[in-house]
Amino acid sequence: MSTSNPHFSGYGLGLRKEHYCDFLETSVPVDFVEVISENFMVAGGQPRHILRQVRERYPVALHGVSMSIGTAEGLDTDYLRRLKSLVDEIEPLFVSDHLSWSRSGGFNAHDLLPVPYTDEALDRVCANIHQAQDVLGRTMLFENPSSYLAFEGACMTEWEFITAMARRTGCELLLDVNNVFVSASNHGFDALAFLDGIPAERVRQVHLAGHSQGRDILIDSHDSPVCTGVWELYARAMQRLGPVATMIERDDEIPPLAELLQELSMARTLGAAL
Amino acid sequence: MNLAQLQQAFRRWLVNASDESAQLLGSNHVGLAVYQNNYRAQLVGCLEQAFPNLRRWLGEQAFLAASITHIDNHPPHAWTLDAYPEGFHATLKDVFPQNPDVHELAWIESALNEAFVAADAQPLALEALAELDWDTAVLQLTPSLRCHDLTTNAEAIWSALWQETCAPEAVMLEQAGGLLVWRRQFTSRLRQVDALELQAVQQVQADGSFAGLCEFLVQRLGEDAGVMQAGEYLAAWLGSELIVGVRDV
Ligand SMILES: [Fe+2]
Repeated sequence: MSTSNPHFSGYGLGLRKEHYCDFLETSVPVDFVEVISENFMVAGGQPRHILRQVRERYPVALHGVSMSIGTAEGLDTDYLRRLKSLVDEIEPLFVSDHLSWSRSGGFNAHDLLPVPYTDEALDRVCANIHQAQDVLGRTMLFENPSSYLAFEGACMTEWEFITAMARRTGCELLLDVNNVFVSASNHGFDALAFLDGIPAERVRQVHLAGHSQGRDILIDSHDSPVCTGVWELYARAMQRLGPVATMIERDDEIPPLAELLQELSMARTLGAAL
Repeated sequence: MNLAQLQQAFRRWLVNASDESAQLLGSNHVGLAVYQNNYRAQLVGCLEQAFPNLRRWLGEQAFLAASITHIDNHPPHAWTLDAYPEGFHATLKDVFPQNPDVHELAWIESALNEAFVAADAQPLALEALAELDWDTAVLQLTPSLRCHDLTTNAEAIWSALWQETCAPEAVMLEQAGGLLVWRRQFTSRLRQVDALELQAVQQVQADGSFAGLCEFLVQRLGEDAGVMQAGEYLAAWLGSELIVGVRDV
């Protein structure tokens, strides 16, 4: 990898069970792997053991889905404590989660629910990010989720919200290009305006994934290859951001590793053209 | 509507799909339906993954119906989905009150899931026993160990389902016994034991004292047989890595 960007961490893949053997027994040509943090926030057993072995061979990014950074009532301290213990052990390349919420009044939806882009929500998100970064003792990355619903009463766009969030908390960004594509289509905004609107210098990582066509709406399903429209948007994003660590997320219909590496080589080609 | 109220309305939408909550959220029915579907599909998938053999035993339709009853009555609370299957047990008792085989199969699969990610423990080196004063020795069982009463042939049913062979019909055991689930290194274990061994394990789990175990067995079997049985259990539990620590107090 040749780059002038000191933050560039190369090209990676999400580590999924189906490929554990490939990653542990062969030398997979990736610069890092990303795992879902919660799968490893357990007391012991094989998952933690495998992660330790993987970590000996590859840099690891910890990607969370349950921090619920947009929750109105503050973060779950037990959750933060366990994540901190995992972070201390793994010394990850990145620690990320989503700009979304899942917890409310003791209920947990286990989904990435949308945040209203209001001043009140921005205050809450920023306070929660401060709390998380203080406990973890490091900067986190937050990802733009796909959304299927926009709330009345929003006083800013998603990218304005993200920009203010990054400025106020010092957090960094995980740009999911597929999620921009899906949300832009679902809500009728201009994906390029999103790319132009976010602070480029804060983007540390990019996700690419496949989506599917639901009834009247695009669904972020992570069960198919990255589509042409998303590759085009990625190329535009790279022109604007410069080289940024990029990986492919596949969570369903998981193909042989060689197929994902083939997809990843497309990202390398687009990155090398910069 | 402030953020907390919006999130409460969203919660009500996911759990009850009420028209009133949909209205509060702006009546975007297409978008709301996606979140509603994601929420329910995720929980159905979580239960399916946690109880694959119970699902085969009940049949897909009956399992799905019980899952839906559970999801309707018990929204998830914990930050981890791993905690969600635990509560399914209570729903199964309501839905299948006359089927202890179902309850015991569910217990087996829950316990195996818990043991899979329980805290690690190193097997005990035999040198640790050499200098031990057995009158005061305290045994430490592996943190992955789970014990339960057994009244049916659920162990045989589970084993057949797991091996994908023809499962026997459910029957009550002539004598109630017990089940032990634990993990040796990275391999989960399930063992059916008789009532005496179950009680002996529970005795050690409660206070750890080897002298206490001997006393319990002597009361049940008489002096010589009791002491001999304690020695046999000790050897077997060490061999199967149920005992992972021992100390004098
Ligand atoms: Fe993503």
